[in-house]
Amino acid sequence: MLDQKERERFEQLVLPHLDAAFNLARWLLHGRTDAEDVTQEAVLRAFRFFPGFQGGDARAWLLQIIRNSCYTWLEKNRPAELTTEFDESLHFSRTASPEAQALAGDDRVRLARALESLSPRSREVIVLRELEGCSYKEIAAITSIPIGTVMSTLARARNHLREALTRLSAKPFKENEVPSGL
Amino acid sequence: MACELFQSALHGYLDGELDASRASEFERHLQSCPECVSALETQESLRGLLKQSALREIAPASLRTRIRAALPATESPAARRKHMGLRWIAVAAAVILVFFLSWRAFVPPDQYMAAGIGIDQVLDAHLRSLQPGHLTDVASTDQHTVKPWFDGRLNFAPPVTDFAAQGFPLEGGRLDILNGQTVAALVYGRRKHSVNVFVWPTDQRDLSFRSGSTRGYAWIHWRKEGMEFCAISDVAPADLHELVELISH
Repeated sequence: MLDQKERERFEQLVLPHLDAAFNLARWLLHGRTDAEDVTQEAVLRAFRFFPGFQGGDARAWLLQIIRNSCYTWLEKNRPAELTTEFDESLHFSRTASPEAQALAGDDRVRLARALESLSPRSREVIVLRELEGCSYKEIAAITSIPIGTVMSTLARARNHLREALTRLSAKPFKENEVPSGL
Repeated sequence: MACELFQSALHGYLDGELDASRASEFERHLQSCPECVSALETQESLRGLLKQSALREIAPASLRTRIRAALPATESPAARRKHMGLRWIAVAAAVILVFFLSWRAFVPPDQYMAAGIGIDQVLDAHLRSLQPGHLTDVASTDQHTVKPWFDGRLNFAPPVTDFAAQGFPLEGGRLDILNGQTVAALVYGRRKHSVNVFVWPTDQRDLSFRSGSTRGYAWIHWRKEGMEFCAISDVAPADLHELVELISH
């Protein structure tokens, strides 16, 4: 009975944020397959913690659990990633489809590669701010970065992204210029 | 150059996160600083590029289905009626099982912990540790400093791991005494809050998590592999659960 009620509440409050959860995991883990596994495990874990959730921002609450699960997974499976500030190899997404590979010249793919090359801490703030539209307060809650340093963390991350994009571009990414083909 | 001051303010402005007075201060600065104007334009076009590229990826439908299937089931009314008979059998079995188990396992909640340690004593030790200068005997975020410190001071080895990446940085450790038993206390930070994790040896069998709150402090108690644990803090119970899952993993 209690489980039933909890489940309904969980479905209403938390499950609508599954896309946000998956998206964060996908970018932190560089691939959809690993992201699916970690998201599933973390959402079920969130359900076990759910009785302790005291209302408020359910999306931030879920994303915080997802993020922690991703870092635990990275520590276990790719510890080097957590200590590398910047990935020089600018590797492709591990699950890039043949179509995506064929479109390697495409701006979207280039931007994705640039984002993948950032350190996880830079990558996550870009994903949270630009793809999920989180406020600074939410970013602070999800990543445990003090609220006062969210702005400078984002500033650094965006500059890294711009540099990475410039290095990947045939022509440098200039001010006022959105590359063609978009 | 003066605009170094504004380099991160620019992002707050871009994100609409500056308060009114800082925003107008920044706007005034823009009028006299072409460098910041062009930096702002660069960031705006980067943001435009991110928007157009639609990098957000949504969860596959199969993931949603798998998660729903793994949650405790909900039943339709018809199915419920069908299962009524079975359900009574299950209830009867559960009653019998609980009756048997309770002979073995029932003890008042406060005496769950071995060595006669009660939650009140754990809470008192936690509050004492929050007095200035009492929190840690060995203050270090390095698990390889904290763990050896316990060697030779205890006849058991508490698990010491730093969880800074998950938002629970290790702050240090100390020895404490609860009801005459020497215990290890591991201290973790959670934003501005402190979490005490008390650990002591036990010869009793493993016990899964048991949680509660006393005078506004959340606690979780469990036993694993010959050690008894009690974590206590004023953080949200969900946060405490998260740390406990990490420790017992």
